[in-house]
Amino acid sequence: MSFAQQIADLRGYLLKFAHLQLRNEAWAEDAVSETILAALVKPQSFGNRSQLKTWLVGILKHKVIDALRHHSREVSSTDHAENDDTDPLDYFAFQADGHFTETPADWGDPQQQLRSRQFFEILEACVDKLPPVQGRLFLMREWLELSSEEICKDLQLTPTNLYVQLHRARLRLRECLELNWFKKASM
Amino acid sequence: MATFMRTCREVAALLVAREDRALGLADRLALRMHMAICDTCPRFERQMLNLRNSLQQWRNYTESDDLA
Repeated sequence: MSFAQQIADLRGYLLKFAHLQLRNEAWAEDAVSETILAALVKPQSFGNRSQLKTWLVGILKHKVIDALRHHSREVSSTDHAENDDTDPLDYFAFQADGHFTETPADWGDPQQQLRSRQFFEILEACVDKLPPVQGRLFLMREWLELSSEEICKDLQLTPTNLYVQLHRARLRLRECLELNWFKKASM
Repeated sequence: MATFMRTCREVAALLVAREDRALGLADRLALRMHMAICDTCPRFERQMLNLRNSLQQWRNYTESDDLA
């Protein structure tokens, strides 16, 4: 299979992550097209498909960061529906004195678990369910591995604003995984 | 002493926050003291560590993949 064909075969794979991070069809398409163009300009040979993927995802991450910077205003502007005042920490229904009403569930030992494809699909579905701004900021931390300082600088956000969104994103993700994975796994 | 006391709700918020920012000295101390005497918050901490670990594995998977 030609180099171009191998790359073309991975377009859908790249698009999935571009879309998860950018949450915008057109930006994601552009980022993936630019990734493929950049890859075609400097063809390389790889021992296996996995190495080719690693290389392409590395290029994609750079293109995605460029897109986030370019669209910084839209990336972090919350619409009305997203701006609710509820703190997802209240899913836990704390008592008036600040104690947990219910003990958080035992999710098992994080060191012992080897995650399956099925788990990652649920994780991705849960990230995709986050409101767009929360999802983008969360993945800038967890997929692009940017520091909070870098994100604030790139998007011209105040730290307080960023931390509020990340707090909500992390707790919603926790809740979603508990409902769709950990509770089911223990049944 | 009283300034180092935190409720479980406040501690849970710190356990989330430390994924994204370095906690100040007072918060770190309060967290440590609370965890030493609380039965419930360590359970929540384990969930957050599990989440951190899961996300790291997901990141590796997105870059190379091909697991069962």
